[in-house]
Amino acid sequence: MSHAAEKRDDRPRPDLSGAPNVIEVKKLVTHYGAREILHKIDFGVREGEIMVIMGGSGSGKSTLLNALLGLLRPTKGSIHILGEDLTQISDVEKTLLRRKIGVAFQGGALFGSLNVLENIMLPLREHTKLDVNTMRIMARLKMQVVSLAGFEHLNPSELSGGMIKRAAFARAVVMDPKILFCDEPSAGLDPIVAAAIDELILNLRDAMGMSVVVVTHELESAFRIADRICVLDKGDILMTGTVDEIRSSTNERIQNLLNRRTETETLDPEEYLKRLTAAND
Amino acid sequence: MSEAGDRAIPTRIAETLDRMGRSAVGGIAEVGLGAILLWQSVYWVVLGRHREQPVRMAATFERCMEVGIRALPIVTMLSVTMGVMFAIQGIYTLRVFGAEEQVTIGLGISIVREFGPLLTGIMVAGRTGSSLAARIGTMRISQEVDALEVMGINPVRFLVAPALIAMVVMVPLLTLWADLMMLTGAGWYVSVDMGMSFAAYTQRIIDVVEIDDLMHGLSKAFLFSILITLVGVINGANVKGGAEGVGRMTTRSVVLSISAIIVTDMIFAFITTRS
Repeated sequence: MSHAAEKRDDRPRPDLSGAPNVIEVKKLVTHYGAREILHKIDFGVREGEIMVIMGGSGSGKSTLLNALLGLLRPTKGSIHILGEDLTQISDVEKTLLRRKIGVAFQGGALFGSLNVLENIMLPLREHTKLDVNTMRIMARLKMQVVSLAGFEHLNPSELSGGMIKRAAFARAVVMDPKILFCDEPSAGLDPIVAAAIDELILNLRDAMGMSVVVVTHELESAFRIADRICVLDKGDILMTGTVDEIRSSTNERIQNLLNRRTETETLDPEEYLKRLTAAND
Repeated sequence: MSEAGDRAIPTRIAETLDRMGRSAVGGIAEVGLGAILLWQSVYWVVLGRHREQPVRMAATFERCMEVGIRALPIVTMLSVTMGVMFAIQGIYTLRVFGAEEQVTIGLGISIVREFGPLLTGIMVAGRTGSSLAARIGTMRISQEVDALEVMGINPVRFLVAPALIAMVVMVPLLTLWADLMMLTGAGWYVSVDMGMSFAAYTQRIIDVVEIDDLMHGLSKAFLFSILITLVGVINGANVKGGAEGVGRMTTRSVVLSISAIIVTDMIFAFITTRS
């Protein structure tokens, strides 16, 4: 079997089998209009774990992330984050819960009207009563952690793609969250910068002990950082397991994803003609 | 007519009705969203400090600079030009009756009650309303609005409330300035054309224009400022489809703002002149 990527990081993966769940999703169903996107999803993320949600385009991974972040209201099911049911709590409780999570968006989502330091300081400004100098020190510390020291006064438009991701990570962890969500962290980056971002995610987890949820379709990145991988396909979870378990899976759809094979739908020409005629009527 | 043609007519009618219905529902939803945004903005302005989440003063000041101070050159230039134009038209019309001496009455009242706020509203809609829609639309497609939400920062408090405060403060002030500049432009033309001294013109304007006229104009400017902000924010928040979507909604924002200003102006004038 040929794999798209091999594990490159030598650090041992922690044994988290007995750790409690910080995220617990039960029978989650979501819709966009009349279309059902996620079909009764069940999964959990353990404390201190890096969970990678992987799948191809249209698999529902972004929808799942939006539901986990409370940006999308699910049709059915429950999402418990740090013991709070996101589908039941009030807006005020949701705001308090959100102070305990950090999110690094795919494009960084840095505010163009603020420089890098101000962007990173923003959650501190909004949620703490610290004086400005303390906030600056805390933000600069996080900038050092993500190797962005010295770029405090640049605007987001002056940063490279990799630097934008680093700044987004610094802002996401500035409040020392218990859970970090990353949306496609290595998308659009060259392999060297992508590997550096993966290394950064591992470093952040090791240094801060947080749980990390990474949504990606990059196999190489997923295998490098994941403690466990949850494979989504067409709104269903195909499998959740360790990197080795996923690699050795005999499930055809997982193997297709790992080997980047496309699933071709066989279509009877007469059937196709009937469908066309019906559509024109 | 063929059978297929007979079938097509009810289908077309149904499709047209469907489109009209969807547009009507969409319009009502936008009005509802505007009411919610206004309510939430007022809530954050009044209770934000109490909930330890005050509206950002630095952002509000920056918005004030953008809405008011940086608009001064264009507002000044257009207001003076319009003032001259009103004087030209006023004198030309009244000369038919040999009553050009009375032009100051028309100029004073029409500028302060009508044209000052209207022109300022249209200029602010074109300049600031469009930039507000573009800014929020761009933030939406680059996930900055989502980022605010997941950071536990209310987007209305962070983005809408500073813009609304700045508009409510600066648009009436800009209107006062526009009134002054229009009257100055008109006064300059009246002095040149009719040989009336500028001091005499000013005295006549002071005699003619009452505080009620000024308040009438400023009240309209206040309403326009709320309309422009809400229309800009709603259109920005509804952006879909990348840069093209931002352009489309920015244009829509300007068209809707100006339409809303003109309709509101007419309704306001009708109601306030009944009593």
